[in-house]
Amino acid sequence: MSAIVVGYVPNALGEAAVTEAVEEARRRGALLVVINTTRADRLVNPAYADSEDVSKLEGMLSATGVPYSIRHSISEATAAEEVVDTAEELDAELIVIGLRHRTPVGKLIMGSTAQTILLSAPCNVLAVKLP
Amino acid sequence: MCSVDSFFLLMEGFATAMQPIYLLFALGGVLVGTAVGVLPGIGPAMTVALLMPITYSLEPTAAIIVFAGIYYGGMYGGSTTSILLNTPGESSSIVTALEGNKMAKAGRGAAALATAAVGSFVAGTIATVLLSFLAPFVAAFAVQIGPVEYVALMVVAFLTVGALLGSSVLRGLASLGLGLFIALVGFDSLTAQQRYTFGSPFLADGIDVVLVAVALFAVGEALYVASRLRHGPIKVIPVTGGWTSWLRKEDLRRSWKPWLRGTFIGFPVGTIPAGGADVATFLSYATERKLAKGENKKQFGKGAIEGVAGPEAANNAAAAGVLVPLLTLGIPTTATAAMMLVAFQRYQIPVGPQLFESNSALVWALIASLYVGNLMLLVLNLPLVGIWVKILQIPRPYLYAGILVFAVLGAFSVNFTPIDVIILLVVGILGFFMRRFGYPIAPMVVGLILGPIFESQLRRSLAISQGDPMALVQSPVAATIYVVLIVIFALSFLLKRRQRQFEAMVAANADASDVVRGSVAPAEPTTTSTSTPTTDRKDNDR
Repeated sequence: MSAIVVGYVPNALGEAAVTEAVEEARRRGALLVVINTTRADRLVNPAYADSEDVSKLEGMLSATGVPYSIRHSISEATAAEEVVDTAEELDAELIVIGLRHRTPVGKLIMGSTAQTILLSAPCNVLAVKLP
Repeated sequence: MCSVDSFFLLMEGFATAMQPIYLLFALGGVLVGTAVGVLPGIGPAMTVALLMPITYSLEPTAAIIVFAGIYYGGMYGGSTTSILLNTPGESSSIVTALEGNKMAKAGRGAAALATAAVGSFVAGTIATVLLSFLAPFVAAFAVQIGPVEYVALMVVAFLTVGALLGSSVLRGLASLGLGLFIALVGFDSLTAQQRYTFGSPFLADGIDVVLVAVALFAVGEALYVASRLRHGPIKVIPVTGGWTSWLRKEDLRRSWKPWLRGTFIGFPVGTIPAGGADVATFLSYATERKLAKGENKKQFGKGAIEGVAGPEAANNAAAAGVLVPLLTLGIPTTATAAMMLVAFQRYQIPVGPQLFESNSALVWALIASLYVGNLMLLVLNLPLVGIWVKILQIPRPYLYAGILVFAVLGAFSVNFTPIDVIILLVVGILGFFMRRFGYPIAPMVVGLILGPIFESQLRRSLAISQGDPMALVQSPVAATIYVVLIVIFALSFLLKRRQRQFEAMVAANADASDVVRGSVAPAEPTTTSTSTPTTDRKDNDR
């Protein structure tokens, strides 16, 4: 069974990405792998889902009937590395990510997860925009 | 007569502090102070130590105003993290977290932040007024005391800071002893003999206080954080509601008495060195809990606004109280006060009883800037909560890399010799192990700073008495001070014991209430991280 990897963050953009990924998974008959990790190097990380977010996500996914798995953990790798590595490991046919506007300075300092994924992905990447 | 004089001097101080350039310095100070107060592990003491070499090119008034701003700002900032994250930014905000975080979870975060900020303002202002009028009297008394009495006061400072700050008396005293030892390195000021220099010319001048402080606060802390970096992030409780809902009439009605009580508990506790602001906050919380009636009493442990208002007022009042012994006697009782003393010393300003006479313009400008800073903090703090929370999202490697760069630059700029950087790193590693094994750092810094002054005063008094140590306790004033010391100790041990019992009780209560309400505690995200149907590996060994 082929796989679709989606990067999830607990906000509207993350949900839009997951919704889109569910559509793709259904169309392609693929396994949906949702990834949410943190490097835990900052005290507060709004991109990391807490258990409440995860259970909400699970409820949403199980309602769709698509086979899925959620990888939610603290990792030493950056979110981008984690997504790309998972895609390589599962030989995924598609990566789905959310895309938001970033300032050049912000990208310079913090780097861009989306850009890293786009450039180093082993497969096609679907960039979802906030509706 | 004295108070009228000091009123005019205070007005002159305002004239200085209100100059646009000093207003800017005060603004910078309070902003930096709040930011570091928000960040756990980075406190005002570390910041003042880091900024010391940089501000050396400023004139004294500007630098002191910046430091005072940082000192007050830190007190405000700590409450924000306590309330929104349940992670106190500094020790005097621990009590605030008890009720404040519960309030935030119940959607009353804005009210908790508002009562903390307004309470801090009210208490800070009242305490600064008390400081303005009390300090000249104490200073007038202080100029009359001789070396014997001064020695007695130092003993008080050493023992209270060493034994009462931190959890263990023995560790505190060990840390103090270490500081006193490092203070001995270098030339003896009376006989010019070299002590503990191992013949090295680099050590002959002694080890710079700033170096040790930066090493302990910044390098030690950075290493400590690096050693335990991988902890899951904490969820921030979002602040909801607009301006109008921040402090409702009901909240105000329940807050104003705790504010005032907290002020009058905090200020004296800060003035007499009885363990710093922590004790004051705990006392205030216990008082509010006892005085609450009916419905309000039941709310304690579940988010009672009194439990935020009182302690927050108390810690700011104590912060002002700490300045009384600092400015009138030259005796610091907290780490930040110790660093401010170092700042005075670096500008060759004689600290001690003469300060009010010899540098009255500076002292009054400092006191005036406290009023100004308080007002700035009140205006800035509430609207900027969003920014303070953003600061918490800075990845710690970036933050501590910056701190280390500052620390090394600062260390190098002390004498422009690389050997200072090596000393910095060695003491930094010492600081890491102290932190790791629970030795408080403040006593070491205080010992290091007061050590040389203590030594010269002690030897002067012994020279006067021709070597008779009994002279140290025979002066009536000194004898009184020692008696007071014993009383302070007895009282504070009693207090500490009650504080512990009380903390145990509160902890038990908090656990029970969490279980009853079945709420999700965000304290340990690591436990929730793998709770999902994960079919795959968890190899994080990159």
